[in-house]
Amino acid sequence: MKRLLLAVTALAILAACSSTPTMEQDGAAVEDRSGTAAAQAPAVTAPVTKGPTTTPLAPTGVSGNPLKDPSNILSKRSVFFELDSNVVKDEFKPLVSAHARYLQQNRNMKMTLQGNADERGSREYNLALGQRRADAVKQVMLLLGAQIDQIETVSFGEEKPRATGHDEASLAENRRADIVYPND
Amino acid sequence: MQSRNIKIFDFGRPLLRMFALWLLLSAGSAVASLTIEIVGAGANQIPVAIVPFRAEAGLAQRITPVVAADLARSGLFKTVDPGGMNPVPHEPEQLNYAQLRARGADAVVIGSVTKAPDGRYDIRFRVMDAVKQTQIAGFVYFATEGQLRLTAHKIADVIYEKLTGDTGVFATRIAYVVKRGPRYELHVADADGYGAQSVLGSNEPIISPSWSPDGSRLAYVSFEQKKPIVYVQSLTTGGRLAVAAFRGSNSAPAWSPDGRRLAVTLTRDGGSQLFMINADGSGAPVRLTQSAGIDTEANFAPDGQSILFTSDRGGGPQIYRIAASGGTAQRVTFEGSYNVSPRHSPDGKSFTFIQRNNGRFNVAVQDFATRQVQVLTDGGIDESPSFAPNSKVILYATEVGGRGILAAVSSDGRIKQRFTADVGDAREPAWSPVVNK
Repeated sequence: MKRLLLAVTALAILAACSSTPTMEQDGAAVEDRSGTAAAQAPAVTAPVTKGPTTTPLAPTGVSGNPLKDPSNILSKRSVFFELDSNVVKDEFKPLVSAHARYLQQNRNMKMTLQGNADERGSREYNLALGQRRADAVKQVMLLLGAQIDQIETVSFGEEKPRATGHDEASLAENRRADIVYPND
Repeated sequence: MQSRNIKIFDFGRPLLRMFALWLLLSAGSAVASLTIEIVGAGANQIPVAIVPFRAEAGLAQRITPVVAADLARSGLFKTVDPGGMNPVPHEPEQLNYAQLRARGADAVVIGSVTKAPDGRYDIRFRVMDAVKQTQIAGFVYFATEGQLRLTAHKIADVIYEKLTGDTGVFATRIAYVVKRGPRYELHVADADGYGAQSVLGSNEPIISPSWSPDGSRLAYVSFEQKKPIVYVQSLTTGGRLAVAAFRGSNSAPAWSPDGRRLAVTLTRDGGSQLFMINADGSGAPVRLTQSAGIDTEANFAPDGQSILFTSDRGGGPQIYRIAASGGTAQRVTFEGSYNVSPRHSPDGKSFTFIQRNNGRFNVAVQDFATRQVQVLTDGGIDESPSFAPNSKVILYATEVGGRGILAAVSSDGRIKQRFTADVGDAREPAWSPVVNK
């Protein structure tokens, strides 16, 4: 059964690759004008067409992946929460909506939202609190146009703290949901 | 040769399966041991003299020191020095009761070790009442060299049971997670912390180990696939199965008493909710709770009829009870704003849990009949309580000096023990059931 599933998945991936050569498969965005796309272009035996021809812009020198571009809001990946809260604060709305828009514009793109909690209290309950935070970010993204099958929400609870201190600043750093893309 | 009033236990036959398991666990390379320190003591300690068994001095593992350490660690016994007796008694007729009474002993343990023709050891012992001068118990064990330590725990169990009336749990084991730097290991050790074995190592967290009712499998949550997934691992074969790996998070496994099902927390339908799955991973999960809040940390009642769990459906996290077949949940904790991690006592009379008071997390027990709550610890950062199979001791995780350690408290709060791992943080303890009692 598992083998069959693998085979089906592999077929699906192959199908996706062959049928949609212009779609981004690997985290590159529609704005991508990098050399990679241009370099691949000659390999495609395009049917002879009449009418206007298109020419890609020359590479700008900037890495084409907006997810990795430090000047792009999409490179920001963490949403922080108050104690015992799963409310997405206003200061994180631009970040969340930028990622929601990105998913909307890249329907094949998947995302994992990883919820986290501070270390106080039950590990399993904290796992559920982290899940609730990831789910809260997902809800906002769905409202802004992301599709439900694009986002998986999981939780690390208190198990993978980014800050290992026990002071309030460290605890706050760990009350967090992280946005993770497949190629991160 | 065989005395009429000695019962024979042949490890080769009825307990073979358990020993296969035991030996398998003992076969691997030994890892860090736990050292136990007793912090409190019982109000009434039974004074017992444990006389070194005849011919045990030559054994790779002497019996009586392990027996004495087990009994002392329980806090319920005071060992009386049996030294300087002439002759050293190994048979009832050699006992000088007047001398034993003068030293304060209420009971005396005597015995002998003989190598049997098949290479195993014949270990026989008697528990004698020093006051009435009568035999309380007498047993013979046949054990290989590798079974000597377990035999000692079995003997301690008999003494404990005969003198306190409660089931002994020295011949049981504990499972716990050790974190060393970036490495996580799931360990299984004897209940005295001896002979720890790693049964799983990972660079990602491992939490919530839970023993199957027959003690042959552990369910746990591993993050090795970058999300929480519930596995069931056989301790006899080391083989394991991902039994809950659904979309979202999968956690908090709890065995049904028949060992066939697990209650787990899944988020696949949105929110953290309780589901029932088959322990062999077959079939589809059946949803047990329907709430808008968090429902997690399920734990079956010993009779399998109901389940305790943590839920914040009413605001803060509290403990609720629901029939194992589903239905309406009833809230059972009302003191305080944070009550989590419920675990039934094996006798079904009470449950232990973690209660937060003024920002401090302590182990508490609530009686089902009276609803009375007793807070047993004052560590302030205590978590993951679990009962010993005789309902007399609660094992939990705490911290001392910034390091995670395991600790135990008697269910009346009087006797406290600390298990100190020699390296790393110990956490997430779970006490095994009594196997093939």
